[in-house]
Amino acid sequence: MIRKTIFAATFFASVGLLGGLAYSFCGFYVAKADTKLFNRASQVVIARHDDKTVLTMSNDFKGELKEFAVVIPTPTLIERDQIHIADRALLDHLDAYSAPRLVEYYDENPCMIRMFKMEAGPSVGAIEEKALDKAKSLGVTIEAQYTVGEYDILILSAKQSSGLESWLKENGYRIPPGAGPVLESYLKQGMKFFVAKVNLAEQAKLGGAYLRPIQIAYESPKFMLPIRLGMVNAEGPQELFVYALTRKGRVETTNYRTVKLATDLELPLYIKEGFGPFYQALFAQHTEKENREALFLEYAWDMRWCDPCAADPLSADELRRLGVFWLDGEADSNGSRLIPQRPFRGAGAQEVFLTRLHVRYDSAHFPEDLVFQETADRQNFQSRYILRHPWKGTDECAEAAAYRKTLRDRQEKEAQTLASLTGWKIEDIRNKTGLDGIVIPKKWYQKLWE
Amino acid sequence: MDQPKIDPRLYQITILSGLLIYGISRLDFDIDAGRAALILSITLLTQFLCGAGYNLPKVDPKSALISALSLCLLLRANATAPVIAAAVITIFSKFVLRYNGKHLFNPTNFGIVFMMLCGANIWVSPAQWGAAATFAFLMACFGGLVVNRASRSDVTYAFLGCYLVIVFGRAFWLGQPTAIPLHMLQNGGFLLFTFFMISDPKTTPDSRAGRILFACGVALGAGFVQLVLYRPNGLLWSLAFFSMTTPLIDRLLPGVKYSWRSAGSISELSTPIKQRRMI
Repeated sequence: MIRKTIFAATFFASVGLLGGLAYSFCGFYVAKADTKLFNRASQVVIARHDDKTVLTMSNDFKGELKEFAVVIPTPTLIERDQIHIADRALLDHLDAYSAPRLVEYYDENPCMIRMFKMEAGPSVGAIEEKALDKAKSLGVTIEAQYTVGEYDILILSAKQSSGLESWLKENGYRIPPGAGPVLESYLKQGMKFFVAKVNLAEQAKLGGAYLRPIQIAYESPKFMLPIRLGMVNAEGPQELFVYALTRKGRVETTNYRTVKLATDLELPLYIKEGFGPFYQALFAQHTEKENREALFLEYAWDMRWCDPCAADPLSADELRRLGVFWLDGEADSNGSRLIPQRPFRGAGAQEVFLTRLHVRYDSAHFPEDLVFQETADRQNFQSRYILRHPWKGTDECAEAAAYRKTLRDRQEKEAQTLASLTGWKIEDIRNKTGLDGIVIPKKWYQKLWE
Repeated sequence: MDQPKIDPRLYQITILSGLLIYGISRLDFDIDAGRAALILSITLLTQFLCGAGYNLPKVDPKSALISALSLCLLLRANATAPVIAAAVITIFSKFVLRYNGKHLFNPTNFGIVFMMLCGANIWVSPAQWGAAATFAFLMACFGGLVVNRASRSDVTYAFLGCYLVIVFGRAFWLGQPTAIPLHMLQNGGFLLFTFFMISDPKTTPDSRAGRILFACGVALGAGFVQLVLYRPNGLLWSLAFFSMTTPLIDRLLPGVKYSWRSAGSISELSTPIKQRRMI
C-alpha cells in the first residue's frame, strides 16, 4: 500500500529573482528575502470579503509525488465548482511583490549640496463501490470525489474521528499518532475534510515536477486557518506565509500577537551580498524575542502601488485568479499592470489591500488555530532595510570635514543595529565592515610632495 | 455597603496608565503618545463641558479618565476624526443615555460599539498584549480587587466563573487540550473587560442577584458571538446588548444604587437614592 504523508495545511512556492534595479523614491531596490529562504514553508493566500473566502494553498513538497497528500479541515462542504487549480506563478509574483526588501542610497558630495535626507515612505481520486461500502461502515461519508487538474480530491464528513482516522489509515494516508483528538475537535465543530492526493496519470499529462496550488472557495463567517492537524507529531517548527487580500484594510490575528518587523533600518554595506542570511537571522531573533508566540507583519500595502517595488503590483487579472472576486469587470480587465510606485486613485482602482504575515509555529507555542480579523487599518507597511554608500570624494570643505567625522559614528551605529537585529557578534560585524568608505584627508605637506 | 477608604478609581487609573505606557513603549500598540493625549484631552474636555451644561457643582475627572484610558487601550483608527467622535460619544453617553439616575452603558463600551455600528473606520486589536503583560495585568487586577475590597466585584467573579465554564466546557466537549482555553484567556483585552468594564458599578444592576444574572448573560452572549457566530469583539457586543436589560433586571430584582464616594460626580445627576430592599 502506498503510504502518503499528510501535509495538513502546510504549503510553499519558490521565486525567481527579478533582474535589474528599479529606481524608486525610497531608494534603489537591491534585493529581497522571499519565501524560498525558509524550509518547510507553506504559502496560503486568503482572498476574503463579506464572509466569502477563496483559499489558495501551495506547499513545498519535494518528495515522490505518489506520496503526497493533504488533509484540510474546511468550514463547509466543498463542491466541484468550488475547487480550482491555480498557477504557481501567481504566488511567486505575490511573494516577490511583498517580500522584505533591501534598498540602497549613495551619499551626495556634502560640499555640493546639503546631506540628502531620506523622507520616510508612507507609514505605510476514483473510489470503487467496495471502498464506499467500507467508508460507510466506518461512519465516514465520502460527500464528493473529483479529479481536478493533477489532484484526486475527496470531500469527507464523518460521525466519529476514530472512523475517519481508520479510513484515512486504511486508504494509505499516514496519520500521525495523536491526530485523533484533533480530528474529533474539527468534526464536532461541523467541519468537513478536504483530502487531496496526486493523480499520477494526470500529473504525467501535465508534465513538470511541481504541484500547482489548490484553490477552494466557500462562504463562512469563520476567518481562520486550521493549523493544529499539521502540528501533530511535526518535527520542529513550521513556516507559514499568509497573504490576505481584503477590501477594507490590514488583517491581523485575534488570538496571537501580530508584530510589525523592525523596518527602515540602516545596515552595513556588506549585507548586500548576504541579505538572505541576514533576514533569516533577523526573523529568528524576532521570533525568540516574542517568545515564539507571535505572527509577524512583513508587508501591508494598498495593491495599487509600491515603493520601492520588489516586483510590479499584481494586475487585476492576476488578483482575480488569486480569488479577488470583488473587482468590477471594467477596471483593468485587460490584465494590464497598474501604475507602480505612486498612489493611483483613478478608474482602475483595485480596492485590494494586501497583508503578508509570516509565522514560525509549533504546538507548544501555538495551541489554537489562527483566527483572523480584518481591520480598518490602511496604513502602508513594509519591512525594508537600507544601505547607505558613503561619499568617497576628496573635496575639502567644512561640510566634508563634518561629514567624515560623522561617518565613522554612522558605520558603528549600523554595525550595532545589525548586531541587535540578528544576534550576530558585534566584533565580527566590525571586522567585516572595516573602514569602507572613509577617506582620511591628506595633510597639507602630503599634498605638497605628492 | 462596604465602601473602600480610598476611591478605587485612583488604583484603576494607576494600573491603566502603567499599562498604556508599557503598551506604547514596549508592545508597539497602534497608538502613539500624541493620539493618547488627544483622547485624554477630548474626553476630559467633554466631561467638563457636559458637567457645566448639566450644572454639576464639581466635575470629577476620575471616571472620565478611566474611560479615556480604556479607549486608549482598546480603540484603534488611522484617522483622527473617528477617535475624537468616539471620545465625545463615550462621555456623552453618560449624560444622555440614563435610566433611573444611572447611565445605561459603560461609557467606553458604548463609545466603541456605537462607532462599530456606524461603520466607522475603527478597530479593536484584542491580542496585542503578549503573555508577560497579560500576566502582570492579571495580577494587578486581582490586586485591585483585594486592595479596594470592591463592593461590586461580585459581577467580575460571576462573569469570570461563567466565562470559564463556557470556554473550558467547550474545550472539554471538543476534546481539546486545556492549553486552548487557557490560551483564550491569556488576553489583555479580556482582562480589561472583566475587571474594568463589566464591573463598572454605575451601569451594573443594583442587586447582587441582578448583577450575577447580568454577568452570566454577558458571558453567554460573548461566547455566542465568538464561538457560534465566529465574530470578533464578542465581549463588547454582548455587554452593550445586556446593558439594555439592566433597567428590567433592576425592576425585577431591585437593590441599592451605587454611588462613588467623591462628591460632585456624575452620580449627582441621579434622582435621590431610594432605599431598596437588599437581595
